[in-house]
Amino acid sequence: MGDLYLMYKNITRKKLRLCLTLFATVIAFMIYGTLMAFQTALNAGVDLSANNRLITVNKINFTQPLPVSYAGWIKSLNGVTHSVPMTWFGGYYQKMQNFIPMFAVKPDSLLTVYTEITIPQQQKKAWLQNRQALMVGAKTAARFGWKLGDRVPVSSNIYSKKSGGHTWDFDIVAIYKSSNPQFDTSSVYFHYKYFNKSRSFGRDTIGFIALKTRDPKLNEPLIKTIDHHFANSFYETKTMPEKAFNKAFIEQLGNIALIITFALLAAFFIILVIVGNSMALAIRERTAEIAVMKTLGFTSGRIFRMILGESLMLAFVGGAAGIGAATGLVKIAAVLVPTLPPLILQPEILLSAGGYMLLLGFMTGIIPAISAFRLNIVTALSR
Amino acid sequence: MDTDNRQITANTTLYNLKNVSKHFTRGREVIPIFDNLDMSIKRGEFLAIMGPSGSGKTTLLNMLGGIDQPTSGEIWFEDQRIDQFSENALARWRAANIGFIFQFYNLMPMLSAARNVELPLLLTSLSKKRRKQSVEAALELVDLKDRAEHKPREMSGGQQQRVAIARAIVSDPKLLLCDEPTGDIDRKTSNEILTMLQYLNKDYGKTIVMVTHDFEAAKYAARIIHLDKGRFIEQGDS
Repeated sequence: MGDLYLMYKNITRKKLRLCLTLFATVIAFMIYGTLMAFQTALNAGVDLSANNRLITVNKINFTQPLPVSYAGWIKSLNGVTHSVPMTWFGGYYQKMQNFIPMFAVKPDSLLTVYTEITIPQQQKKAWLQNRQALMVGAKTAARFGWKLGDRVPVSSNIYSKKSGGHTWDFDIVAIYKSSNPQFDTSSVYFHYKYFNKSRSFGRDTIGFIALKTRDPKLNEPLIKTIDHHFANSFYETKTMPEKAFNKAFIEQLGNIALIITFALLAAFFIILVIVGNSMALAIRERTAEIAVMKTLGFTSGRIFRMILGESLMLAFVGGAAGIGAATGLVKIAAVLVPTLPPLILQPEILLSAGGYMLLLGFMTGIIPAISAFRLNIVTALSR
Repeated sequence: MDTDNRQITANTTLYNLKNVSKHFTRGREVIPIFDNLDMSIKRGEFLAIMGPSGSGKTTLLNMLGGIDQPTSGEIWFEDQRIDQFSENALARWRAANIGFIFQFYNLMPMLSAARNVELPLLLTSLSKKRRKQSVEAALELVDLKDRAEHKPREMSGGQQQRVAIARAIVSDPKLLLCDEPTGDIDRKTSNEILTMLQYLNKDYGKTIVMVTHDFEAAKYAARIIHLDKGRFIEQGDS
C-alpha cells in the first residue's frame, strides 16, 4: 500500500458518484476531441496551403468566371513557375445527395501546381492522354466503390451539355493519394478541354487560377502585378495567397473557431462545476478521516498532494476515456458521413487535451486540497 | 514490539508539563480551560485522566499528543520541548512516538483491517515485506488475524476498536493516547479492550494515557488524576 493506493481507494469508495463524475468528464473530453478534430480538418486546407501558391479569382466573388486566356498571361509572368486554371463543376453521382467536389483542370498543370497529389507513373500517363479521363481521390473512390477502368456518369448541378442533359461520362484512369493524411483526397479532376467543348454555356471561361511562384517573397509584387493588369477590365481579378483563399472559403460557413470555442468553454465550465463540486463534497465528507491521518503523522503537505492527486487521477482517467471515445466517434463519423474532411485526432490535439486534463484536475482539486492542508485536527475531530 | 521496554525505562520521566495554560477565545470573550497546570508522566505508566464534560481532559490529551498547543507554559517530552515544534515536526514526532486510540475508532472505511493497521507504517521507511510482518504481528496481538481482510463495516464495535489498537501499536510507539476508548462499546467488550491496554502496558511497557469519564475503566490504570474547573483536584494510585 502506498499513497497511490490510498488515492485510488478514496476516489472509488462511492461508485455511483465516481461513475457520474467520470461520465461527465468523458463527455466533456469527447466533445473536445471531436470538435477539435473537426476544426483541425477544416483548417487543414489552410494549414497545408503552400506559401508560394496564389489563387486568382474574379474580383466580384469566386463564383464569377474569368476568361481562360488569363491563365496563359499569368503563366508568362516572370516569377510564376506553374499555373493551373480550374473550374468548379458542381458534380454529383447518380443523385444530388452524392455530391462530389469536382474540378475541370488542365491535366498536366494540375500535377505541377499541386505536388501533394501522388499517382503511379502508369496512371499519370493515362490521365494525360485520355480526354475523358477522371482522376479520383482515394476517399471518393472508396466512397462510391470506384476502381480503375470503370466508366462512370457524373452530373453537374451547374452546367448542361450542348447535346442536352447534365451528365458527362468519364473513364477512371487514376486514383490519387497523398503522403499527408490531412490532405483531403475527396476531390475529383477531369480535362478542361473535354468539359469546355461539350458544355452549353460559359465557353472559354474558368473559375479560378492556382499559380506557383518561384519564391514566396515574390507573392506580394505578383499579386499587385496581376490585379493591376486586369483592373478596369470586364473581368477584374483578386489575387491572394492560397492560405487566405482557403480561410475565406471556410469562413463562409461562419466563424467555426468561435462556435467551437464557445461549445468547449460551455462543456468545460459545466465539467468544472460538476467535478469541483464532487471533489469538494468528497473532501468535506472525509474531514474526520483527514484529521485522523494528520493525527497519525501524515504532514499537511502530503495530504495536500494526495487530495490534488485524486482530482488529477479523476481528470486523467475521465479525459483519456473521453479522448478514446472521440477517436472512435470520428471514425464512425467518417464512415457515416463520407463527405466530411479527414477527421484525425492529431498529436497536438492529444497534447492539448492532456493540458486541459491537468488544468481540470488542478482547478477542481486545488480548493479541497488547500482546505485539507489547513484543516485543524482538533476542530475536525470534535465535529 | 520490544517487551523489555518496561524494565529499561521504568521510573524515568516521559512527559513534563510546566505551568501549562489553555484559553479559548470566543469573540472578545476569553474562556480559560485550565491555568498553570504542572504534571509529569513516567515512562511505563498507565494513567487515567478523569473529569466531567468540559473539564479540559481531551484538550489536555490533545496537547500531550501535539495536536493542540497550550496558550502558555511548556510541554516536555523526554528532552524535547514539543510545544515549540513546527506543525511538520510535530507530525513526524507523533508518527515516531505516539499511537492514538479514539472513542469512535476512526478507521478508514474503504480500507481493510490490515490496510488500516498498515497506515502509520507508510510514514516509515520499512519495506513492503517488513510492513506486512508488522501488520500481521499487530493483528495477532489483538486477536484479529483472521479478520485482516474485513472492512470496518463488517466488524463489531469491539473488533473495530481492536483494529484501532493494532493501528496504534504497529509502529511500536512509546506512548498510547486513548480518548474515551471504551465510550462507544458495551461493558463486556470494554473490559476486553481495557485488559488489552493493561496487557500492552504491563507486558510491552507501553506508556498509556487514557481520558475517560468511566470509573470502571479508570480502575484499569495504575494512576488516576481528576481534572475539574481547570485544576487537578485529586491525584492518586488506583
